[in-house]
Amino acid sequence: MSIILDKVHFTYSPGNAYEKHAIRNISLKIEDGQFIGIIGHTGSGKSTLIQHLNGLIRAQSGAIYYNGEDIYDKDYDMKKLRQKVGLVFQYPEHQLFETTIFKDVCFGPRNQGLNTKEAELRAFEALRIVGLPQELWYQSPFELSGGQKRRVAIAGVLAMKPEVMILDEPTAGLDPKGRDEILEQLVRMHQELHITIILVSHSMEDVANYVERLIVMNRGEVMLDGTPRQVFAYYKELEAVGLAAPQVTYLMHELRRKGLGVDVDATTLMEAKASILQALKERKPKTPL
Amino acid sequence: MNFIEARKLVHEYIRRDEEGNVESIQTALDQVDLEISQGEFVAVLGHNGSGKSTFAKHLNVLLSPTEGSLWVDGKDVTDGDKLWEIRKNAGMVFQNPDNQIVASVVEEDVGFGPENIGVPTREIWSRVDKSLRDVGMTEYRSHSPNKLSGGQKQRVAIAGVMAMEPKCIVMDEPTAMLDPNGRREVLEAARRLNREKGVTLIWITHYMEEVVEADRVYVMDSGRVVMHGTPREIFSEVDTLKQYRLDVPQMTLLAHELRQAGVRIPRGILTRQELVEALCRSY
Amino acid sequence: MLREITLGQYYPADSAIHRLDPRVKLFATLLYVISLFTFRSIAGFVVTTIFLAAVIVISKVPFGFMVKGLRMIVIILLITALFNLFLTPGRTLAEFWIFRITEEGLVSAVKMAVRLVYLILGTSLMTLTTTPNQLTDGMERGLRFLKALRIPVHEIAMMMSIALRFIPILVEETDKIMKAQIARGADFESGNLIKKAKAMVPLLVPLFISAFRRANDLAMAMEARCYHGGEGRTKMKPLRYRKQDGIAYAVVIGYFAVMIAVRVLV
Repeated sequence: MSIILDKVHFTYSPGNAYEKHAIRNISLKIEDGQFIGIIGHTGSGKSTLIQHLNGLIRAQSGAIYYNGEDIYDKDYDMKKLRQKVGLVFQYPEHQLFETTIFKDVCFGPRNQGLNTKEAELRAFEALRIVGLPQELWYQSPFELSGGQKRRVAIAGVLAMKPEVMILDEPTAGLDPKGRDEILEQLVRMHQELHITIILVSHSMEDVANYVERLIVMNRGEVMLDGTPRQVFAYYKELEAVGLAAPQVTYLMHELRRKGLGVDVDATTLMEAKASILQALKERKPKTPL
Repeated sequence: MNFIEARKLVHEYIRRDEEGNVESIQTALDQVDLEISQGEFVAVLGHNGSGKSTFAKHLNVLLSPTEGSLWVDGKDVTDGDKLWEIRKNAGMVFQNPDNQIVASVVEEDVGFGPENIGVPTREIWSRVDKSLRDVGMTEYRSHSPNKLSGGQKQRVAIAGVMAMEPKCIVMDEPTAMLDPNGRREVLEAARRLNREKGVTLIWITHYMEEVVEADRVYVMDSGRVVMHGTPREIFSEVDTLKQYRLDVPQMTLLAHELRQAGVRIPRGILTRQELVEALCRSY
Repeated sequence: MLREITLGQYYPADSAIHRLDPRVKLFATLLYVISLFTFRSIAGFVVTTIFLAAVIVISKVPFGFMVKGLRMIVIILLITALFNLFLTPGRTLAEFWIFRITEEGLVSAVKMAVRLVYLILGTSLMTLTTTPNQLTDGMERGLRFLKALRIPVHEIAMMMSIALRFIPILVEETDKIMKAQIARGADFESGNLIKKAKAMVPLLVPLFISAFRRANDLAMAMEARCYHGGEGRTKMKPLRYRKQDGIAYAVVIGYFAVMIAVRVLV
């Protein structure tokens, strides 16, 4: 089970003055059950890329295979694909429309052709998973806080029982606590439901802490692809394209330059802490690299 | 008197049913005391729903106090005659860059404020020129705002406010919808105005990294001012901040963790540079 | 797809048409629209075509860009043309089943189509070369006499200019909402009319809510920038007639006179 992209290419408004390359010859393999971060700044093509994965945008050349099947095949059922690959867009306001939260979450399952009872069961389950307090379920989705709206939006897609879940900037505009809550929610979902999660973000710090694989997009191409440790080792290259590595990476490199024997590949705060404590315990400065 | 002075400021959102009976009362501001002097860069920090935006809207008289008092530039905000004078002197930039640009051409939007306060045509032009230059947007003056990035739109919004020659700019979560580059761009533009033109800057946010360079920080929670001090003083209280659904800058957090693990470094470290120096000194 | 509507958009360029006073352009558009319904003969059509082509060339707006805005209109155009084609009585050209094409029908269908296309090209040329602000300024000044009748001319003009500014934003937003709902399995295409109308609810509700929120935000932002109606307001770009505006008036009136003459004489 996997998604394979083979030389996928897409251009906005081809052939006129507004022509803009969105993504260029992207080849990727997304393994089942991975927790992936896609990073890149505005206009790097990351939003265009994810919309290819559930067929909202059709590539002009190249192929995409979902579980070994070509999604551009004439007989391929796009609706089925969209149910398997759930996509949660950045603004929950763009999808909430029902009178109650519960009904809104039922929308996806109903579109799949499930009957009321089954759909409600799905909604029930999904809302429980995203941890929205039950007393809110029958209220209007428009009166919720930003963080809660996002939970409902996630539940709305989760209720379709996707195998892959893509989230576009799920933490934009949230306060620090709200951000942490959503990210931890995703980690829990990944662990308990064993679904593939693709997190699109422009915050290195957010992503470094959670994902196992990081794809860095720049000017419509995949610039780096690997574990956070591998990717942040190229912190100078990242900086050259206007994407900073996490503060921790810089700190560790500076400490090493000052002669403290820390692990320069540490990417999270906790790794940094452990490494610095260890280095301080040894107290014998290593020779700088 | 200070440039801005709030005394026991209270604001309640009152919801009424169809017959006009009170359905619910929500206290958004609760006994807020606060003062800001001319030329300062003051940050107001708080999680979503802490009352910080409600407070910001009082400074421009978009909202009026339910109780207590607020003076802006020596004028009582409840004095109806002073309304336009206060609005002119306390410009405001909002969160959503699209929803505050009125005109379809950048320079016309910057001229909107001066037009409203009756500035003569020739002077509008010189003000627009100057404001666009101050935020580095001169080359985009004849562009449509729809083609600009979020950070650029916010800089246009700042120019639009600057063209009214205010003494103070209130930035109400101006970076919440921007990417990291846009955030940096807007913060730098605003700080430059504060430093070089002496404009009082009130920066409302929930991003910790943005307040590091402020002169002073107020922290709000459930409509109250719960903490107040220099960024260093505020960020020394890592646990208290967490209690208010806030964070501290990453380096401050790491320093805090190291201190708790017994490393001898001072409290309230704000930047990477400071942490490197402190660590080098400690071994 | 929705993004490609050019109607009502401004195309920045530096041309003689762009520099004209908006009042001239409004007046010219009005006369032009009237003139479209005066011609009966090929001669009138030729004069209009030359006039329109000349103005488009002078305006420096790429023709391809203008035509893109026509796409949506094509459907309306086809329907109108078909009505004309089949429902006009006259000399039969071709016949099959219940349909009958007449010579008169063909002529009036072509005429109708040409008129509509010219109408849209001409009016969109005005919006393409005039910023919404200038446009509303022009209307505000041109219709100032209505103020005496207690018609809030300034406010109406302001509302129009804001509407024009937000059209592209809302179009883009519609696109995004549609995608978000399609991702949840919504189907905007299949089914009968009732089913299709029902399918619009998940699109329209978020769109309206967003539009209201934007309106609210904008009203607040305008108030914060001391907007309080037209009273005591100055203008950054006040309207002042210059020599070329006089010439333009003369050209437009000349064109109109020719059209009348053609109608009467040919």
